[in-house]
Amino acid sequence: MAEARRMKGFYLGLAAVAVIGVAAILWARSNAAGGVEEIGPIPVSTEAFPGYSMGSDSAPVQIIEYGDFQCPACGQFAVLTGPDVKRRLVETGQVRWTFRDFPLGIHPNALVAHLAAACADEQGQFWNMHDQLYFRLGEWAPERRPARMFRDYARVIGLDVKQFEDCVDSRRYLGRIEATRRTGETVGVSSTPTFIIGNLRVSGSLSFDSIQVLVNRVAGANR
Amino acid sequence: MAGAMLALIGFFLSLYLWLWKTGVLGTLACGSGSCDFVQLSEYGELFGQPVALYGVIGYLGLFATGLWGLQGRWVARREPTVVLAVLSGLGVAFTAYLTYLEAAVLHAWCRWCLISAAIIVAIFASAVAGLWSTRTVSPPAGSR
Repeated sequence: MAEARRMKGFYLGLAAVAVIGVAAILWARSNAAGGVEEIGPIPVSTEAFPGYSMGSDSAPVQIIEYGDFQCPACGQFAVLTGPDVKRRLVETGQVRWTFRDFPLGIHPNALVAHLAAACADEQGQFWNMHDQLYFRLGEWAPERRPARMFRDYARVIGLDVKQFEDCVDSRRYLGRIEATRRTGETVGVSSTPTFIIGNLRVSGSLSFDSIQVLVNRVAGANR
Repeated sequence: MAGAMLALIGFFLSLYLWLWKTGVLGTLACGSGSCDFVQLSEYGELFGQPVALYGVIGYLGLFATGLWGLQGRWVARREPTVVLAVLSGLGVAFTAYLTYLEAAVLHAWCRWCLISAAIIVAIFASAVAGLWSTRTVSPPAGSR
Protein backbone atom coordinates (compact mmCIF):
# COMPACT_ATOMS: atom_id res chain seq x y z
CA MET A 1 0.00 0.00 0.00
CA ALA A 2 2.73 2.39 1.03
CA GLU A 3 4.74 1.33 -2.02
CA ALA A 4 1.79 2.05 -4.32
CA ARG A 5 1.42 5.49 -2.75
CA ARG A 6 5.12 6.12 -3.20
CA MET A 7 4.95 5.15 -6.88
CA LYS A 8 1.92 7.34 -7.40
CA GLY A 9 3.81 10.29 -5.92
CA PHE A 10 6.78 9.51 -8.13
CA TYR A 11 4.71 9.45 -11.32
CA LEU A 12 2.98 12.67 -10.30
CA GLY A 13 6.43 14.18 -9.83
CA LEU A 14 7.47 13.02 -13.31
CA ALA A 15 4.29 14.50 -14.77
CA ALA A 16 4.99 17.80 -13.00
CA VAL A 17 8.55 17.92 -14.40
CA ALA A 18 7.21 17.12 -17.88
CA VAL A 19 4.56 19.83 -17.69
CA ILE A 20 7.05 22.42 -16.42
CA GLY A 21 9.59 21.40 -19.09
CA VAL A 22 7.10 21.62 -21.97
CA ALA A 23 5.70 24.91 -20.63
CA ALA A 24 9.21 26.42 -20.33
CA ILE A 25 10.09 25.48 -23.89
CA LEU A 26 6.78 26.77 -25.25
CA TRP A 27 7.32 30.00 -23.34
CA ALA A 28 10.82 30.37 -24.82
CA ARG A 29 9.39 29.62 -28.25
CA SER A 30 6.63 32.21 -27.93
CA ASN A 31 9.19 34.78 -26.81
CA ALA A 32 11.24 34.04 -29.90
CA ALA A 33 8.33 34.37 -32.26
CA GLY A 34 6.50 37.20 -30.59
CA GLY A 35 9.44 39.33 -29.53
CA VAL A 36 8.47 42.18 -31.80
CA GLU A 37 7.62 45.34 -29.93
CA GLU A 38 6.22 48.53 -31.32
CA ILE A 39 8.15 51.55 -30.10
CA GLY A 40 7.61 55.26 -30.40
CA PRO A 41 9.66 57.66 -32.51
CA ILE A 42 13.37 57.00 -32.01
CA PRO A 43 15.15 59.94 -30.39
CA VAL A 44 18.25 60.41 -32.52
CA SER A 45 20.46 63.34 -31.64
CA THR A 46 21.81 65.04 -34.74
CA GLU A 47 25.17 65.15 -32.99
CA ALA A 48 25.18 61.43 -32.34
CA PHE A 49 27.10 59.12 -34.64
CA PRO A 50 24.45 57.67 -36.95
CA GLY A 51 26.20 54.34 -37.38
CA TYR A 52 27.69 52.57 -40.37
CA SER A 53 25.23 52.36 -43.23
CA MET A 54 24.85 50.65 -46.55
CA GLY A 55 22.11 50.92 -49.11
CA SER A 56 20.12 53.73 -50.65
CA ASP A 57 19.19 56.84 -48.67
CA SER A 58 15.78 56.66 -50.30
CA ALA A 59 15.07 53.05 -49.33
CA PRO A 60 11.53 52.81 -47.90
CA VAL A 61 12.63 50.89 -44.80
CA GLN A 62 15.56 51.51 -42.52
CA ILE A 63 16.91 48.73 -40.32
CA ILE A 64 19.25 49.57 -37.48
CA GLU A 65 21.17 46.68 -35.99
CA TYR A 66 22.65 47.11 -32.53
CA GLY A 67 25.43 44.56 -32.50
CA ASP A 68 28.36 43.37 -30.46
CA PHE A 69 31.28 41.96 -32.42
CA GLN A 70 31.97 39.30 -29.79
CA CYS A 71 28.36 38.17 -29.55
CA PRO A 72 27.97 34.71 -31.10
CA ALA A 73 24.32 35.29 -31.97
CA CYS A 74 25.35 38.44 -33.89
CA GLY A 75 28.04 36.37 -35.58
CA GLN A 76 25.54 33.69 -36.46
CA PHE A 77 23.28 36.36 -37.96
CA ALA A 78 26.12 38.00 -39.89
CA VAL A 79 27.27 34.69 -41.33
CA LEU A 80 23.96 32.98 -42.02
CA THR A 81 21.51 35.79 -42.74
CA GLY A 82 23.62 38.88 -43.45
CA PRO A 83 24.64 37.95 -47.02
CA ASP A 84 21.01 37.25 -47.99
CA VAL A 85 19.82 40.52 -46.46
CA LYS A 86 22.49 42.43 -48.34
CA ARG A 87 21.79 40.80 -51.70
CA ARG A 88 17.99 40.59 -51.56
CA LEU A 89 16.99 43.64 -49.53
CA VAL A 90 19.80 46.19 -49.48
CA GLU A 91 21.09 45.87 -53.04
CA THR A 92 17.53 45.85 -54.39
CA GLY A 93 16.85 49.22 -52.74
CA GLN A 94 14.22 47.97 -50.31
CA VAL A 95 16.26 48.53 -47.16
CA ARG A 96 18.92 50.83 -45.86
CA TRP A 97 20.97 48.91 -43.28
CA THR A 98 22.78 50.58 -40.40
CA PHE A 99 25.06 48.92 -37.88
CA ARG A 100 25.47 50.56 -34.48
CA ASP A 101 27.96 49.67 -31.77
CA PHE A 102 26.60 47.92 -28.72
CA PRO A 103 29.59 46.19 -27.06
CA LEU A 104 28.47 44.20 -24.03
CA GLY A 105 30.47 44.27 -20.81
CA ILE A 106 30.44 40.47 -20.59
CA HIS A 107 32.60 40.19 -23.71
CA PRO A 108 36.17 41.15 -22.85
CA ASN A 109 37.36 41.58 -26.46
CA ALA A 110 34.30 43.35 -27.80
CA LEU A 111 35.47 46.91 -27.21
CA VAL A 112 38.77 46.50 -29.04
CA ALA A 113 36.90 44.80 -31.89
CA HIS A 114 34.58 47.79 -32.15
CA LEU A 115 37.62 50.07 -32.13
CA ALA A 116 39.13 48.01 -34.95
CA ALA A 117 35.94 48.35 -36.97
CA ALA A 118 35.81 52.12 -36.37
CA CYS A 119 39.44 52.42 -37.44
CA ALA A 120 38.76 50.37 -40.57
CA ASP A 121 35.93 52.80 -41.31
CA GLU A 122 38.48 55.64 -41.33
CA GLN A 123 39.87 53.98 -44.44
CA GLY A 124 36.43 53.23 -45.89
CA GLN A 125 36.51 49.54 -45.04
CA PHE A 126 34.07 49.14 -42.16
CA TRP A 127 31.96 46.45 -43.80
CA ASN A 128 34.96 44.39 -44.82
CA MET A 129 36.30 44.52 -41.27
CA HIS A 130 32.77 43.77 -39.98
CA ASP A 131 32.77 40.59 -42.07
CA GLN A 132 36.29 39.61 -40.99
CA LEU A 133 35.37 40.03 -37.33
CA TYR A 134 32.19 38.00 -37.52
CA PHE A 135 33.35 35.28 -39.88
CA ARG A 136 36.48 34.73 -37.79
CA LEU A 137 34.87 35.26 -34.40
CA GLY A 138 35.83 31.81 -33.14
CA GLU A 139 39.45 32.60 -33.90
CA TRP A 140 39.90 35.89 -32.02
CA ALA A 141 37.23 35.75 -29.31
CA PRO A 142 39.19 33.42 -26.97
CA GLU A 143 42.45 35.36 -27.46
CA ARG A 144 43.96 37.41 -24.67
CA ARG A 145 45.41 39.91 -27.14
CA PRO A 146 43.09 39.96 -30.16
CA ALA A 147 44.58 43.22 -31.52
CA ARG A 148 47.38 41.17 -33.14
CA MET A 149 44.79 39.26 -35.12
CA PHE A 150 42.92 42.41 -36.07
CA ARG A 151 46.18 43.70 -37.57
CA ASP A 152 46.23 40.60 -39.81
CA TYR A 153 42.60 41.18 -40.80
CA ALA A 154 43.47 44.81 -41.62
CA ARG A 155 46.22 43.55 -43.91
CA VAL A 156 43.86 41.04 -45.56
CA ILE A 157 41.32 43.73 -46.45
CA GLY A 158 44.02 46.06 -47.74
CA LEU A 159 44.19 48.71 -45.03
CA ASP A 160 47.23 50.85 -44.31
CA VAL A 161 48.24 48.75 -41.32
CA LYS A 162 50.36 51.43 -39.65
CA GLN A 163 47.52 53.95 -39.78
CA PHE A 164 45.10 51.28 -38.54
CA GLU A 165 47.32 50.35 -35.60
CA ASP A 166 47.90 53.96 -34.61
CA CYS A 167 44.15 54.50 -34.66
CA VAL A 168 43.38 51.45 -32.51
CA ASP A 169 46.16 52.32 -30.05
CA SER A 170 44.88 55.90 -29.72
CA ARG A 171 41.42 54.57 -28.73
CA ARG A 172 39.99 57.75 -30.18
CA TYR A 173 36.63 56.20 -31.01
CA LEU A 174 36.03 54.88 -27.53
CA GLY A 175 33.77 57.79 -26.55
CA ARG A 176 31.75 57.53 -29.73
CA ILE A 177 31.25 53.80 -29.26
CA GLU A 178 30.07 54.31 -25.71
CA ALA A 179 27.74 57.14 -26.78
CA THR A 180 26.23 54.90 -29.46
CA ARG A 181 25.74 52.11 -26.95
CA ARG A 182 23.90 54.51 -24.62
CA THR A 183 21.72 55.68 -27.50
CA GLY A 184 20.78 52.04 -27.93
CA GLU A 185 19.82 51.78 -24.29
CA THR A 186 17.51 54.77 -24.65
CA VAL A 187 15.51 52.87 -27.26
CA GLY A 188 15.30 49.77 -25.07
CA VAL A 189 18.20 47.73 -26.40
CA SER A 190 19.50 45.35 -23.74
CA SER A 191 20.81 42.40 -25.73
CA THR A 192 22.41 41.77 -29.07
CA PRO A 193 21.61 41.61 -31.83
CA THR A 194 18.62 43.92 -31.56
CA PHE A 195 17.06 45.31 -34.70
CA ILE A 196 15.03 48.48 -35.06
CA ILE A 197 12.93 48.02 -38.18
CA GLY A 198 10.88 51.17 -38.70
CA ASN A 199 8.95 51.45 -35.44
CA LEU A 200 9.51 47.82 -34.46
CA ARG A 201 12.15 46.50 -32.10
CA VAL A 202 13.07 42.84 -32.20
CA SER A 203 15.90 40.93 -30.55
CA GLY A 204 17.73 37.76 -31.47
CA SER A 205 19.38 36.26 -34.51
CA LEU A 206 16.55 36.54 -37.04
CA SER A 207 16.14 34.42 -40.13
CA PHE A 208 15.88 36.08 -43.51
CA ASP A 209 12.20 35.18 -43.73
CA SER A 210 11.47 36.88 -40.38
CA ILE A 211 13.21 40.04 -41.55
CA GLN A 212 11.35 39.96 -44.85
CA VAL A 213 8.01 39.70 -43.01
CA LEU A 214 8.86 42.66 -40.76
CA VAL A 215 10.14 44.74 -43.68
CA ASN A 216 6.91 44.08 -45.59
CA ARG A 217 4.91 45.06 -42.49
CA VAL A 218 6.79 48.34 -42.05
CA ALA A 219 6.75 49.11 -45.77
CA GLY A 220 2.99 48.46 -45.83
CA ALA A 221 2.43 50.80 -42.90
CA ASN A 222 4.54 53.52 -44.57
CA ARG A 223 2.49 53.46 -47.76
CA MET B 1 13.47 6.78 -9.07
CA ALA B 2 15.98 9.56 -8.61
CA GLY B 3 17.72 8.50 -11.82
CA ALA B 4 14.54 8.71 -13.89
CA MET B 5 13.53 12.04 -12.39
CA LEU B 6 16.97 13.59 -12.98
CA ALA B 7 17.12 12.15 -16.50
CA LEU B 8 13.81 13.80 -17.35
CA ILE B 9 15.11 17.16 -16.13
CA GLY B 10 18.31 16.63 -18.14
CA PHE B 11 16.23 15.72 -21.18
CA PHE B 12 14.35 19.04 -21.12
CA LEU B 13 17.55 20.97 -20.54
CA SER B 14 19.23 19.32 -23.55
CA LEU B 15 16.08 19.76 -25.60
CA TYR B 16 16.16 23.49 -24.86
CA LEU B 17 19.79 23.79 -25.99
CA TRP B 18 19.15 21.66 -29.08
CA LEU B 19 16.07 23.66 -30.12
CA TRP B 20 18.07 26.87 -29.70
CA LYS B 21 20.91 25.48 -31.78
CA THR B 22 18.54 24.51 -34.56
CA GLY B 23 17.06 28.01 -34.60
CA VAL B 24 13.64 27.14 -33.18
CA LEU B 25 14.16 29.36 -30.13
CA GLY B 26 15.31 32.96 -30.51
CA THR B 27 17.75 33.84 -27.79
CA LEU B 28 19.43 31.61 -25.25
CA ALA B 29 18.75 32.60 -21.64
CA CYS B 30 22.12 32.42 -19.96
CA GLY B 31 22.49 35.29 -17.50
CA SER B 32 26.06 36.52 -17.63
CA GLY B 33 27.42 33.19 -18.88
CA SER B 34 28.76 32.34 -22.33
CA CYS B 35 26.29 29.65 -23.37
CA ASP B 36 25.94 30.89 -26.93
CA PHE B 37 29.70 31.17 -27.35
CA VAL B 38 30.19 27.60 -26.16
CA GLN B 39 27.28 26.27 -28.20
CA LEU B 40 28.41 27.99 -31.38
CA SER B 41 32.06 27.01 -31.00
CA GLU B 42 33.57 24.23 -33.11
CA TYR B 43 33.08 21.96 -30.09
CA GLY B 44 29.33 22.58 -30.10
CA GLU B 45 29.00 19.89 -32.76
CA LEU B 46 30.11 16.28 -32.97
CA PHE B 47 29.96 14.23 -36.18
CA GLY B 48 27.97 17.02 -37.78
CA GLN B 49 25.26 17.09 -35.10
CA PRO B 50 24.81 19.50 -32.18
CA VAL B 51 26.25 18.10 -28.94
CA ALA B 52 22.91 18.93 -27.32
CA LEU B 53 21.24 16.34 -29.56
CA TYR B 54 23.43 13.64 -28.02
CA GLY B 55 22.25 14.93 -24.66
CA VAL B 56 18.60 14.63 -25.71
CA ILE B 57 19.12 11.04 -26.87
CA GLY B 58 21.29 10.12 -23.89
CA TYR B 59 18.91 11.47 -21.27
CA LEU B 60 15.97 9.84 -23.02
CA GLY B 61 17.84 6.52 -22.81
CA LEU B 62 18.61 7.06 -19.14
CA PHE B 63 14.99 8.00 -18.45
CA ALA B 64 13.74 4.84 -20.18
CA THR B 65 16.28 2.75 -18.25
CA GLY B 66 15.21 4.37 -14.99
CA LEU B 67 11.55 3.55 -15.68
CA TRP B 68 12.45 0.01 -16.75
CA GLY B 69 13.99 -0.62 -13.35
CA LEU B 70 10.73 0.36 -11.66
CA GLN B 71 8.55 -2.08 -13.54
CA GLY B 72 7.18 -5.25 -11.85
CA ARG B 73 9.67 -8.06 -11.80
CA TRP B 74 12.62 -5.79 -12.57
CA VAL B 75 12.33 -3.89 -9.30
CA ALA B 76 14.34 -6.47 -7.36
CA ARG B 77 16.86 -7.15 -10.12
CA ARG B 78 20.22 -5.52 -10.66
CA GLU B 79 20.32 -5.40 -14.48
CA PRO B 80 18.50 -2.05 -14.95
CA THR B 81 20.70 -0.42 -12.33
CA VAL B 82 23.83 -1.84 -13.95
CA VAL B 83 22.73 -0.47 -17.34
CA LEU B 84 21.93 2.89 -15.72
CA ALA B 85 25.37 2.99 -14.08
CA VAL B 86 27.16 2.09 -17.33
CA LEU B 87 25.22 4.60 -19.47
CA SER B 88 25.52 7.41 -16.94
CA GLY B 89 29.21 6.55 -16.46
CA LEU B 90 29.73 7.09 -20.19
CA GLY B 91 27.78 10.34 -19.84
CA VAL B 92 30.02 11.47 -17.00
CA ALA B 93 33.14 10.75 -19.08
CA PHE B 94 31.75 12.70 -22.06
CA THR B 95 30.68 15.55 -19.80
CA ALA B 96 34.13 15.65 -18.20
CA TYR B 97 35.63 16.06 -21.68
CA LEU B 98 33.20 18.89 -22.53
CA THR B 99 33.86 20.62 -19.23
CA TYR B 100 37.60 20.38 -19.88
CA LEU B 101 37.06 22.07 -23.25
CA GLU B 102 35.13 24.89 -21.61
CA ALA B 103 37.81 25.42 -18.96
CA ALA B 104 41.00 24.89 -20.92
CA VAL B 105 40.24 25.58 -24.57
CA LEU B 106 37.27 27.94 -24.83
CA HIS B 107 37.81 29.73 -21.50
CA ALA B 108 34.06 30.19 -21.36
CA TRP B 109 31.34 28.59 -19.29
CA CYS B 110 27.88 27.56 -20.32
CA ARG B 111 25.69 27.46 -17.22
CA TRP B 112 23.25 25.00 -18.76
CA CYS B 113 26.14 22.68 -19.55
CA LEU B 114 27.32 22.87 -15.94
CA ILE B 115 23.82 22.08 -14.69
CA SER B 116 23.71 19.12 -17.08
CA ALA B 117 27.10 18.00 -15.76
CA ALA B 118 25.76 18.09 -12.21
CA ILE B 119 22.68 16.09 -13.29
CA ILE B 120 24.65 13.34 -15.02
CA VAL B 121 27.01 13.03 -12.06
CA ALA B 122 23.99 12.78 -9.73
CA ILE B 123 22.42 10.06 -11.91
CA PHE B 124 25.68 8.12 -11.91
CA ALA B 125 26.02 8.51 -8.14
CA SER B 126 22.45 7.33 -7.55
CA ALA B 127 22.99 4.31 -9.83
CA VAL B 128 26.21 3.38 -8.03
CA ALA B 129 24.48 3.81 -4.67
CA GLY B 130 21.65 1.58 -5.94
CA LEU B 131 24.13 -1.09 -6.98
CA TRP B 132 25.89 -0.85 -3.64
CA SER B 133 22.67 -1.25 -1.68
CA THR B 134 21.42 -4.24 -3.74
CA ARG B 135 24.84 -5.90 -3.40
CA THR B 136 24.26 -6.38 0.31
CA VAL B 137 20.61 -7.49 0.04
CA SER B 138 19.90 -11.15 -0.63
CA PRO B 139 17.52 -11.75 -3.54
CA PRO B 140 14.06 -12.88 -2.51
CA ALA B 141 13.48 -16.61 -2.49
CA GLY B 142 12.43 -18.01 -5.87
CA SER B 143 13.62 -14.98 -7.76
CA ARG B 144 16.47 -16.88 -9.47
